[in-house]
Amino acid sequence: MSEAKASATEASNSSRNAAPIISAVDIGKHFPVRAGGSTVALRGVTIDIPRDQFVTIVGPSGCGKSTLLKMLAGVITPTAGELMLNDKALERPSRAVGMVFQRPVLLPWRSVIQNVLFPIELLGWPTARYHDQANKLIELVGLTGFEQALPRELSGGMQQRVSICRALIYDPEVLLMDEPFGALDAITREDLSIELLRIWTERRKTVVFVTHSITEAVLLADRVVVMAPRPGRVVLDLPISLPRPRNLATESTPEFGQYVATVRDAIHRDRR
Amino acid sequence: MRHTLRLWVTEYGQPTAALAALIVVWEIACDLLNIPVWLLPSPLQIVIQTWQIRSILPLHIFATFAEVVGGFALAIAAGVPLAIIIVYSPPLRRVIYPLLLMVQSVPKVAVAPLLLLWVGYGLTSNIIVAATVAFFPIVINTATGLESVDPELIELTRSLDARRLEVFWRVRLPWALPYLFSSLKVAITLAVIGAVVAEFIGADKGLGYLILTSSGEMKTSLMFGVLLILSLLGILCFYAVSWAERLLCPWYMPLPSDPSGAASG
Repeated sequence: MSEAKASATEASNSSRNAAPIISAVDIGKHFPVRAGGSTVALRGVTIDIPRDQFVTIVGPSGCGKSTLLKMLAGVITPTAGELMLNDKALERPSRAVGMVFQRPVLLPWRSVIQNVLFPIELLGWPTARYHDQANKLIELVGLTGFEQALPRELSGGMQQRVSICRALIYDPEVLLMDEPFGALDAITREDLSIELLRIWTERRKTVVFVTHSITEAVLLADRVVVMAPRPGRVVLDLPISLPRPRNLATESTPEFGQYVATVRDAIHRDRR
Repeated sequence: MRHTLRLWVTEYGQPTAALAALIVVWEIACDLLNIPVWLLPSPLQIVIQTWQIRSILPLHIFATFAEVVGGFALAIAAGVPLAIIIVYSPPLRRVIYPLLLMVQSVPKVAVAPLLLLWVGYGLTSNIIVAATVAFFPIVINTATGLESVDPELIELTRSLDARRLEVFWRVRLPWALPYLFSSLKVAITLAVIGAVVAEFIGADKGLGYLILTSSGEMKTSLMFGVLLILSLLGILCFYAVSWAERLLCPWYMPLPSDPSGAASG
């Protein structure tokens, strides 16, 4: 753990791990449409994601970023190209990934700790053995004391923290986050961004984080991938070498401003 | 303490007083206007006449109660599996839905004689009639509930490669429970209606049967008395279902309005 902490403090887009955990070569996805023919959701996407990298994907609606994330989750399969996870073709769901959605989607009849342990039950693993781990995660996200609370007794931000714990409980190698803070108010959103960075520092994971917010994308990432719609494709792949740990003050540095400008320019260039 | 007493008085005292006033007005009007007993009996006469048949009442109450509970249980036993089939099998859904609508749109009063012909006279046929009246909302609501599970939750279970049966027990069924209960509250009152309809058509006991025979003998007071008992029975059944709902889906009940209990942050 201490080793992970140490490495988190350095600018971490160094190539510590040569072999990428996720490797996509020229992948595409088209969906058949009712009228015949098909719509292209994604075309010619090539990305290598090294282990423990924090990648944010940013782009307007319809650019295929959610489709890409679902492919990484193994929930849908690409119709073209090659997608590998840990050097194996990613064709079906794998326990190597954990998912966090825009809304917390907790089970309303279960307490916080039962919600965190839910994946363990689904996987058919002994929940008793994961109790300590669940409590540790709940402590990590600052919800100690709320273990027995029902979701409806928590605020939106607290519920989203629970859903992050739920994604981490079975210790997946990759965390996929689909606009996880998109439904929160601006202040809670900033709090949780910083919180996520702290969690990531303590529990090193490969993170693929989809967002609409350019500043959020730059603040969190080792690397920002900009996507454009019709067809969904990658238009910019930008390493972010801002020093870590980052906080809200990072946003007022000139370097941060430059990154944001570059990303914004890439998004809008495509729209003209 | 005094505060809760005042709350109690507004909650229950006022309606009770209003009801009592209505009964008094009814009693006085019957006396003053000389309304014949067979047309509109006074409340006092209703009570006296009903009291006179108290020895046979339990038999009839129990008969109707058994039909209501039996019909309700049968409606659940048929309705919930049917809803599950509808949700899980699109081909069967296409077959079942039109049939379901047909069954629902046929007036049950018209089907009851047919059932009598097939199943025969008695408790079983009355239970079936009560069930056919009650089961439609159960099927529709349960199917809606099973389908209304958050798609992202289903995606989560798929990303974990969970078995469908597991997802059904741990996610879909509990998710549909509040939907099921809201339909059960409708179904239980429909089961009462169904039981009475069945007794109108063919029975030798039950509250519906009592109403029918009282009407034949122009015992209007008894008709009123039995109607009252019937509605009390219906209310009792309804509250029993509500109580079960509160017990089984506590997460769905309104939060206590105490603001200090709410979390923030």
